[in-house]
Order: sequence, then C-alpha cells, then structure tokens
Amino acid sequence: MAGVTAVELSCAELSVREVNAALRELPDGSAVRITEPRGRHNLAVGLTGRLDITIEGNAGYFVAGLCDGPNVDVEGFVGWSVGENLMSGTVRVRGNASECAGASARGGLIVIDGDASSRAGISLKGGTIAIAGDVGHMSGFMAQAGTILIGGDAADSLGDSLYEAVIYVGGKVRSLGADARVEELGAGDVTRVRELAVAAGFGHVSAEDVTKIASARHLYNFDALKDQKY
Amino acid sequence: MCGIAGLRLKNPDLYPRLGQLVVPMLDVLASRGPDSTGVAVYRHDVPPGEQKYSLCAPAPGYDWAGYVSRLEAAAGVVPVAFRPRGRDGVIVTSIGPDRGPELLAGIDPSVRLFGYGAAIEVYKDVGPAAKVCAQYGVADMGGYQAIGHTRMATESAVTTEHSHPFAVAPDLALVHNGSFSNYASVRRRLAAEGVRFDTDNDSEVAARYIAREMAAGADLTDALRGVMKVFDGFFTLLVAVGASLAIVRDSFACKPMVVAETADYVAVASEYVALADLPGVDKAEVFEPMPEEIYTWQA
Repeated sequence: MAGVTAVELSCAELSVREVNAALRELPDGSAVRITEPRGRHNLAVGLTGRLDITIEGNAGYFVAGLCDGPNVDVEGFVGWSVGENLMSGTVRVRGNASECAGASARGGLIVIDGDASSRAGISLKGGTIAIAGDVGHMSGFMAQAGTILIGGDAADSLGDSLYEAVIYVGGKVRSLGADARVEELGAGDVTRVRELAVAAGFGHVSAEDVTKIASARHLYNFDALKDQKY
Repeated sequence: MCGIAGLRLKNPDLYPRLGQLVVPMLDVLASRGPDSTGVAVYRHDVPPGEQKYSLCAPAPGYDWAGYVSRLEAAAGVVPVAFRPRGRDGVIVTSIGPDRGPELLAGIDPSVRLFGYGAAIEVYKDVGPAAKVCAQYGVADMGGYQAIGHTRMATESAVTTEHSHPFAVAPDLALVHNGSFSNYASVRRRLAAEGVRFDTDNDSEVAARYIAREMAAGADLTDALRGVMKVFDGFFTLLVAVGASLAIVRDSFACKPMVVAETADYVAVASEYVALADLPGVDKAEVFEPMPEEIYTWQA
C-alpha cells in the first residue's frame, strides 16, 4: 500500500521507553514489527495512532494498555492486564493471557486465542473481550459495561458483583459469583454473539448455545433494613 | 511486591551453570523487590555425613579463624572447614544437624545461621540482586537447584535477617511473595509448642510451620496443605526440601507465578520476563499454577 511506513523495533536494542516513544512518532497507517519482546512489560501502551503493530513473541504485563487507536497483534502469550483500560482499537493475543485481561477496558476489542487466567474482564467499562478458551476464577468481577465472550469454560465465581456488562459462555461455568445469574438468550444476544464470534474468528462458538450471565441487580442498592440488624 | 524465582535442573550437564542461570533471573526480578536479595543453592559437594552451615558475620572483617578454632574445641570434631563467601561463609563439618545449630549459637550468638544441611547453602543480604549475587559470587556456583527472592518489605524491617530465603530445617528453604495476615496467632501457637523464631517476619512463621509438620512426619505436600488451612493472607510460596521443589498459591492467586518446564529444567518465577533468557525457554511448556493446587517436582 502506498504511503505505508514499515518499521521494525527490536527490544534487544531498544528499551521499552524507546520502543513506545518510537511508536508514538509514527504516522497513521504504519505497520510495525516489535521483535524479541522476551516478556517485557508495557509494550505498545498509551498509543493514539492508527498503527498495525505485531509483537513477535511472548510479552509481559499491560501490553497495549491505555491505547486509543492501534491494532496490536501478539504472536505469543502475555502477562497480566493485557489491554488494560483500552479505549479503542483491537488487541489480539495468539497464545494465553495471564490475569486481568482487559481490565477496565472502556472500548475496543480484545481477542485471546488461548485461555485467560483469573479476573479476566475485571471492572470492564464498555470494552469487548473474546476468549477462545477457558477463563480463571473471578472473571468479570464488578464489570460495569461491555461484553465478554468465553468460548470454553469459566472457573469459580464468574460475574461476581456484575453491573451492566454481559457475559456469554460457550462451555461450562463452575460457579457464579454473588449477584450473577443465568438469563435467557434473546434474539439480540444471539446476533451479538454471532457477530462477535465472526469478528474474533471463533468457529467453535455456536451463538444459539451459549449461556448468558448478567446481574441479578440485588446488590445495586444497600438495603439498610435487611435483617434489621443495624 | 517481592519477586521469587527457582530453577531445578534435570540435566546434570547444566549443574555447573546453575548460578550463571539463576543470577539473571533474580536481577530481572529486582524491579519487584530492590531492598534485599537472597538465594538458597543446593549442591552435593561434601562427603556423605558432612553438613554445611551457612553463617552470616555480625560485621565485615569478622574473625572466622577464631570462630572455627573455638568450634573445633567445643565440638571435639576436627577438622572443620571454612569456605569464605564475602563477609560470610560456610562451615563444612561432620557435626550433625541435630546438635549443630545449638552448638554454633553457643560459639558466638551474634553469628547468624541462615541455613544448614547436606546440600543447601544460603546467601542473603540487603541490596538489589546484582549487588548481593556479586558479593557472594552466586554466578560461579554450580548445583542441582536453587530458589531465590528479591524483597520489597511490607511487614517487617529491611535487614539481612529479615531477608528470604528462610532455611530453618535441614535442607529446607522457603521464599514467599505476599503477606500473611494471621501469622502472629500462628507464631504464638507454635511458640507455645516450643518452636523458636529468629525474626518477627511473617514468612519465617510459614517456614517454621512447614519444618515442624515435616519433623512430625508429614511430607512436603501435606505440610503445604496444612499451610493453606492454617494461614490466612496472600501467598505464592516456593519451597525446596532436599531434592524436592514445590509451589503453592492461595485461593485468590493474587501473587503471580509462571512455570516453564523443559526436558532440561523446571523454572519458576514471579514474571515470565525473568525466565526469558533461559536456554530453550521458547520451546518450554509454560503455565500459571492454579490457586490452591500444590505442584511438586522430586527426584
């Protein structure tokens, strides 16, 4: 494509700060390869440019956190809090993700091709997270808005203290958290899951067969008269 | 925070490189714990029946020759070999672990015993990993396994004694990332049963608890199951006992841990970035230990 800048940034030669500074200088439309990430933290964070970034290997904590624009593709696994506070753009992880994937994400799409560890989508604030495999305990904890699609199974306490976020699970749920409940799938849910499965490339998720988890809304207001003990 | 790391070599060809592989792991983890560093190195380098006692000097320039001659006179065991390591050093002797600690304390109570057994050597001090590892020459040490710790103190003082590992029984060492909330109660109970403590550190209580359970006949897995029942708080623990290595995380698994296993080694660390320089780690099976599950590796 004419006018596209192709750039390679090696973590063996540059510090994380230098990599992120270089990314910030690039014009929209640039394609960037970050090589030898070797588990480094904070790669490709806080970017607003329309960049296509490929991280060639395993990365550490907060990959693509705070981003508002770029597409980030990690060809490996990631540590804690991938796409934390994401505003827009997409983040794709080809391997597994550690804890707190997509924590507090306000927008954008985070796709995990493998499993995500505990607390995936904690405090989600409007973003979308699609996980092909399983998730660990306390996933969706206090999620306020947005969507989480789990292709595999969910461990204990899924959706504890949910607000308005909705969770769809293709596999089994070991247990629900406080104030989370199973709701019936509506036509809108099926459409939403189908579109999301297509966007994420999840051929194994059948939109009609997922379980929908949402808030029972019993924790929304503190009931001072409850049990009359105060 | 705190960082923890462990490396257990399956391939004996790698034994001479143990220290060389472990030091960079701890150096990376200094970002999680810059105030103190410690490492327990396991190697079979003394004849059967001999023990190693890792001793810490009360001050630089300590008269180790005098200490050794007083020990020889008191124990009636000759010879006692002393291997200096920086300010500190390791005594090699046939004095058994049943009477060694008490005998050593009687020679000079200001000399601290940081670990003892047939295989273990413990080195720890305040300071970041690069400094502490250099002062003891850890990179040049061979061995079959090592566990280490980089500390960011949250509940007790930053001193050499408060640093990890806590090696409180023969060939047993523990490093801890997290904080126990009920350790004062557990310590009171153990103290009432006659267990003595060197520090007011929370992690030492867990090490003493495991040592007591194992002395009473429990295996390492049983002892760690007991830790989960008895202790409240946050913990990712890495424990080495002789030829065994074990890890366990509390039910919330708030404190991180990544394991990489190949045909040549098992490596564990708080963050993958600490494993990234290990040979062949890109082909390793890498996983996060599940909460409340005990993982052990043994010969």
